[in-house]
Amino acid sequence: MVLYRVLSSSPNKPANALQSTLLNMQETIREPMVQDPTQFDVLVMPNLYGDILSDLCAGLIGGLGVTPSGNIGANGVAIFESVHGTAPDIAGKDLANPTALLLSAVMMLRHMGLHGHAKKIETACFDTIRDRKVLTKDLGGNSKCSEFTEAICQRMKDMD
Amino acid sequence: MAAHSAVLSASKIINPFWVGRLGNTAKVFGTTLISHRNKTSLTPPPAKYGGRHTVTLIPGDGIGPELLNHVREVFRFTCVPVDFEVVNVNSALETDDDMNNAITAIRRNGVALKGNIETKHTLPASVKSRNNVLRTSLDLYANVMHCQSLPGVQTRHKNIDIMIIRENTEGEYSSLEHESVSGVVESLKIITRNNSLRIADYAFKLARERGRRRVTAVHKANIMKLGDGLFLQCCREVASGYPEITFDSMIVDNTTMQLVSKPQQFDVMVMPNLYGNVVSNVCAGLVGGPGLVPGANYGHVYAVFETATRNTGKSIAEKNIANPTAMLLASCLMLDHLKLNDYASVIRNAVLTTMNETRLHTADLGGQGTTLEVVQSVMRVIQSKGQFTAEL
Repeated sequence: MVLYRVLSSSPNKPANALQSTLLNMQETIREPMVQDPTQFDVLVMPNLYGDILSDLCAGLIGGLGVTPSGNIGANGVAIFESVHGTAPDIAGKDLANPTALLLSAVMMLRHMGLHGHAKKIETACFDTIRDRKVLTKDLGGNSKCSEFTEAICQRMKDMD
Repeated sequence: MAAHSAVLSASKIINPFWVGRLGNTAKVFGTTLISHRNKTSLTPPPAKYGGRHTVTLIPGDGIGPELLNHVREVFRFTCVPVDFEVVNVNSALETDDDMNNAITAIRRNGVALKGNIETKHTLPASVKSRNNVLRTSLDLYANVMHCQSLPGVQTRHKNIDIMIIRENTEGEYSSLEHESVSGVVESLKIITRNNSLRIADYAFKLARERGRRRVTAVHKANIMKLGDGLFLQCCREVASGYPEITFDSMIVDNTTMQLVSKPQQFDVMVMPNLYGNVVSNVCAGLVGGPGLVPGANYGHVYAVFETATRNTGKSIAEKNIANPTAMLLASCLMLDHLKLNDYASVIRNAVLTTMNETRLHTADLGGQGTTLEVVQSVMRVIQSKGQFTAEL
């Protein structure tokens, strides 16, 4: 059971700062992940461990309602999706949190090279959540899905 | 089952030669095989010489040797009637002689306390994990870990009280892998009805004994329909015999998510080997880290005690900074197993007093105490409670 930890190069770090560390999942991932997850950057792993760790990390950042994901295949074929369930109990009632699907769409825009648009939508979304004025029920507010979306759109208009 | 017959035939071979010394052996095995049906705890081996028990001690690698030395020191100080038979295992060797010696010693004594033996990645794949070999040879089918929030330790979540029962001998740790085609490796995950029923039975019995209300089976049966499906089915069958205990199941990825957001919802959890590894490490992290939680491995005949997360702690070895709590609490579990409950309580209370009241913490808990300071504080607390002790 090994995980490769790759510290990816950011624009500020030179390419040769790319480091990879072989980590044993038990000794260095799960406990530190629960105790100090900020030490991790990019994690690559086989299927089952990814299933477990991705849900674990989603739990750390606020749950599946805010976690985006993408499935990348060969030749640039990709499907982006939120990984939460279908939530039939709140379907059609304008109550759901659109963040997960919205951020997945942002991932899709980045995949397509539309970085400008992606950045704009992402910033507007994060700022709306940070502001805490218009939040859906799962994040502790009592706004509707449409109100939350409208708040994001308004921010983007204000950015222009 | 092979382990049972091996053990019984071994006792038949040993008996004629060691009639005087091990005349009790067949009787001990006989009584344990009957008693396990009714209780999770098995009859410990009888104390042989002057009421003193002999326990196998395997120092292991990393922080194991130093922590176990501290355990021995605390036992000496508290005049615990336990003698240790030390068996060293050299993890760098490719041969199995060391492990065979250790296993024989545990068969002889029935109980062991061990540090983790390092599995070097540089050795060939044919060399199996020594810890794994020990567990399967002795058929230590249940790994039990009790994660409780400690008042003296700062954690994000409070009021956690989870018992994790992990199947310890099969599943993804069967060490059955092959490469039929170059670049394509197949690993076999083995789930058997027998072992699944056994571990589920253990979990429900333990829950009943401890007055716990709910058992949750952790699985991935939506993907591994046959493997985990069998495990889940076995759990359901056993659950039907315990109507006072609520049984439910949860998929492993959801489980880890729930654990990091709302861990208080869990009571007793039972699961196959790999998920047990994942969940027990997450829970250890939730209550304060690997230095705090003791673990126990039980079979029908033998019991081996160690730290719950089985870390070697190579990077902090011999620096006097390791947290001795987990190993000391593991030794208390061992004393409870040997029915030396009074000694277990004294040492356990002293460790918890040092942790929660004195708040002398090692570096892993954000404190500045050294291992030695914590151990000495434990011994001072033992002395102050009026316990008959040796010299400090």
